[in-house]
Amino acid sequence: MNNGTFEVKVGLAEMLKGGVIMDVTNADQAKIAEDAGACAVMALERIPADIRRDGGISRMSAPEMILGIQAQVSIPVMAKCRIGHFAEAQVLETLEIDFIDESEVLTPADEHNHIWKHNFKAPFVCGCRNLGEALRRISEGAAMIRTKGEAGSGNIVEAVRHMRTVMTEIKRVTCLEQDQLVAEAKNLGAPLSLVQQVANLGKLPVPNFAAGGIATPADASLMMQLGAESVFVGSGIFKSDDPAARAKAVVEATTHYQDAKRVAAASSGLKNAMKGLDMSEIPPEERLQERGW
Amino acid sequence: MQGNFSLHHDVFSRLGIDSIPIKVQSDLDLIDGLVIPGGESTTMSLLINTFRLREPIINFGKDHPVMGTCAGLILMAKEVQDKRVQSFGFLDISVERNAYGRQIKSSTEKVLYHFGLNKKVELKTTLIRAPKISNVGEGIHILGEFDGSPVAVLSGHYLGLSFHPELNNIDIFHQVLFDPNCEYYYKNLKQTYAA
Repeated sequence: MNNGTFEVKVGLAEMLKGGVIMDVTNADQAKIAEDAGACAVMALERIPADIRRDGGISRMSAPEMILGIQAQVSIPVMAKCRIGHFAEAQVLETLEIDFIDESEVLTPADEHNHIWKHNFKAPFVCGCRNLGEALRRISEGAAMIRTKGEAGSGNIVEAVRHMRTVMTEIKRVTCLEQDQLVAEAKNLGAPLSLVQQVANLGKLPVPNFAAGGIATPADASLMMQLGAESVFVGSGIFKSDDPAARAKAVVEATTHYQDAKRVAAASSGLKNAMKGLDMSEIPPEERLQERGW
Repeated sequence: MQGNFSLHHDVFSRLGIDSIPIKVQSDLDLIDGLVIPGGESTTMSLLINTFRLREPIINFGKDHPVMGTCAGLILMAKEVQDKRVQSFGFLDISVERNAYGRQIKSSTEKVLYHFGLNKKVELKTTLIRAPKISNVGEGIHILGEFDGSPVAVLSGHYLGLSFHPELNNIDIFHQVLFDPNCEYYYKNLKQTYAA
């Protein structure tokens, strides 16, 4: 028996491709998400928009809340821990969480170090803004990468920026000669071996998902067309006026992201999306994406 | 729909067989065989209903080879112990979803597989939140077992696997169903089993 290997961790990430992972704060929301076709749920105590509004320290969810959600749904259950807070991650692993998100949405516990994720049998997903950040997280053991975007903003602009940046940097790496890859690894701040791997594969060595600001079916389609392999929707569903219908619409648009007619059909008849924030309304020191490095 | 299409496309490209993703009914007119990949069976089942693919797939499966891995196996089963999933009933088996446990229990094992009477081979077997085949009906050939339960079953032109050969770059199962030039192609095996 060989469990908790990197191969097995990436295996689950592979199975979540082409799907939607939804933030939920209780078992009822988890049921709505599963019924709408979510391929996984992310259990957290407050959705990012409320964390942003309420302020204070944001921590790992209470175990009983996670257990309640696990009892409610049959799809994988993910949960967030604070950046660098490996004890929270140990607790989540003990609860048999299917994926741990070491997330900038929660208040960081360590401003210098992320978790050494190879020590865990549970797989991890981490956010990134660029290729260097993605590869640093993979070197620490992340089995899935997502864009950071700007969580809780309802504004897709940062997720687009981060996905465009990652995809452009991947393309650049594939054109470089071996000797140039060493300098590129230095510039990216990433291990040479992973930079070489990206150059050979033409993509990240783990699945690459989108997160942070997705609020509409068309937002999901946009991120998929930019190269995301799945999407995370946080505040966008349960901050909208019709969570169940919107959740289903985002799932349909993600499946048929290349078929504008079906995205149009999915977008029809929905009530208001979450209000959202322009980036000029979020002072730089309050931007969640600046947490972690 | 939803799931790990891309690694199955990689297997087919190694075998020199063309493959496309199936998302709408008319896509079925373009293909000779179907793989239902791993993913979340609840999600796949919902999308299949929403986009009215249930009947077309059942009809397609009557006279075309269909292979299912993990969630795909669940969708192929006659009986699923979870009412959230509506299956096609291609294979006369009962399955229990996630019966091997949550992700932390997911693992890579080594399992001995039999292809016909003469070919035995030990292969890596990666089980990801895998379903368990709890019962098999008449006419089901068990190709391999782990921990007392079948993990690979063949019945006519239907092949169901509770694990993921595509994660370990194993091509033989795809050959069994889709490669007529292969010694272990299901029609060749059928004669062996009949004998």
